[in-house]
Amino acid sequence: MADSTVQQSRSRDLDKLLLRPGNLVAPTFEPGVQLRDDLQEYARILVIGAGGLGCELLKDLALSGFKNLEVIDMDRIEVTNLNRQFLFRLEDVGKPKAEVAAKRVMERVSGVNIVPHFCRIEDKDIDFYKDFSIIALGLDSVEARSYINAVACGFLEYDSDDNPIEETVKPMVDGGTEGFKGHARVIMPGSTPCFECTIWLFPPQVKFPLCTLAETPRTAAHCIEYAHLIKWDEVHSGKTFDPDDPEHMKWVYTEAVKRAELFGIQGVTYSLTQGVVKNIIPAIASTNAIISAACTLETLKLASGCSKTLGNYLTYNGVEGLHIKVTEFVRDKDCLVCGPGVLIELDTSVTLQRFIDMLEEHPKLLLSKASVRHQATNLYMQSPPVLEEMTRSNLSLPLFELMGKVPKDIVHVTGTANKDDKKTSCLRKLRLVFKGVDAVTDMDMAVGA
Amino acid sequence: MAFPNGKDDLMNFEVTIRPDEGYYLGGTFVFSVQISPIYPHEAPKVKCKTKVYHPNIDLEGNVCLNILREDWKPVLNVNTVIYGLFHLFTEPNHEDPLNQDAAAVLRDNPKLFESYVRRAMAGGYVGQTFFPRCI
Repeated sequence: MADSTVQQSRSRDLDKLLLRPGNLVAPTFEPGVQLRDDLQEYARILVIGAGGLGCELLKDLALSGFKNLEVIDMDRIEVTNLNRQFLFRLEDVGKPKAEVAAKRVMERVSGVNIVPHFCRIEDKDIDFYKDFSIIALGLDSVEARSYINAVACGFLEYDSDDNPIEETVKPMVDGGTEGFKGHARVIMPGSTPCFECTIWLFPPQVKFPLCTLAETPRTAAHCIEYAHLIKWDEVHSGKTFDPDDPEHMKWVYTEAVKRAELFGIQGVTYSLTQGVVKNIIPAIASTNAIISAACTLETLKLASGCSKTLGNYLTYNGVEGLHIKVTEFVRDKDCLVCGPGVLIELDTSVTLQRFIDMLEEHPKLLLSKASVRHQATNLYMQSPPVLEEMTRSNLSLPLFELMGKVPKDIVHVTGTANKDDKKTSCLRKLRLVFKGVDAVTDMDMAVGA
Repeated sequence: MAFPNGKDDLMNFEVTIRPDEGYYLGGTFVFSVQISPIYPHEAPKVKCKTKVYHPNIDLEGNVCLNILREDWKPVLNVNTVIYGLFHLFTEPNHEDPLNQDAAAVLRDNPKLFESYVRRAMAGGYVGQTFFPRCI
């Protein structure tokens, strides 16, 4: 009996959300004990990154009642992480972040199971990501977000009316911080803008002109970048610089100090060298906590339907005063990553040449001089001449065979579009379906059409 | 243009530039271009594979072109980069030097600079440095 009282008190606040009806709930929301139990038993959340945000996310998700968590991170713990990555202790330095973070949260929150993955996100099979209900991102790079976004959007399928098929939608909750600023966003592929739709939001990274580095350094960062970008190659011809190798970092630091002395510049330190070379963004523990709290709440709302989710992009700025704003960004309907693409049905006998001719007449495309790419293979390239020659022999072959005889798949085409008598170069996504292949899929398509 | 990794890798290629005027007329210069997975959010990485006596290109092949670093914008593209490289050959700039000696010569004695460029392109020494023939 004592046991059940403990359980009661632990989910008391959660119960207010999950056991009672509400006005702003999702249409599928059915309050009750069943929902709470199902959430604990069936919801599987993947946390990507076990750094500043990842530590917070794991703790928050565990305390919000999620019992099946997994975490993936390729890094090992460094001394400089300890001020904010609160799951780690001095004796953990050198150990994989994912493993230590999982262990610490499981020790503190009873009943939660966290599976750590100490590897790169690209090392996992695509299918690994398919099994999760929601993916929560605590990352610090555009590249990694872009990759996960492409994977999650890759699961998305559209019906013949270009509406996303619900079972194929893999929601993501993305957090990010930089000093006193942060963002939290909800990405529902096919409904809200994906990462690629709004990639222009990211400010370009600061880069110093090479000639300034070589000739007129003015700051400590200039001296470090000189040692890193110019001096390294001069001295170690051919050997690539590895930012994770302390010997390499030490070398850059020593060279930067020499250069700073030469120009009478102050302030080159080892930690600044690491900061500049690895492009380390200053991190504030409280910003991580705020952003992670927002992300966790959205994850809970997505998983349970207990309230409307954030629509769809929250920005937090604590630099001067405190500002929080939610902006509803819109999807790019022609987005190459999350958009439906133009649906085209084809006979299996259609050759690549005939297909390219068809694109010119297609009312939605009017695309002339198309080059065609399927997955990682260029089937035909109009230019430059060297690539045209390499791919020309494909023109007479049936597209169905060139695409490995799959019943349906995505291809990307680039060419010149004729719109309002204006010619513009454009890249489009096409959803090809071959007629008469795989009867089951065909039936599905026929119902909508 | 050449694709050393075959037709399916368009992210790594080589561009050959043959300036049709200026100091470098008649020379052939090969640049390697590496496109980032998040292009156009990040500038292409460009290196000059031909050793060249040039104020804005150092002997390691680093290129000082504003749009490759501090002035890169996602609206720019590979074409703009190639035009930019072309421009470096028609209008070498002694104010942003990467090869300090070459820049000083261009600034103080353009005639001498011209003869050094000719000598380097024909295959020969400028100071202590040997430049392979590239005409």
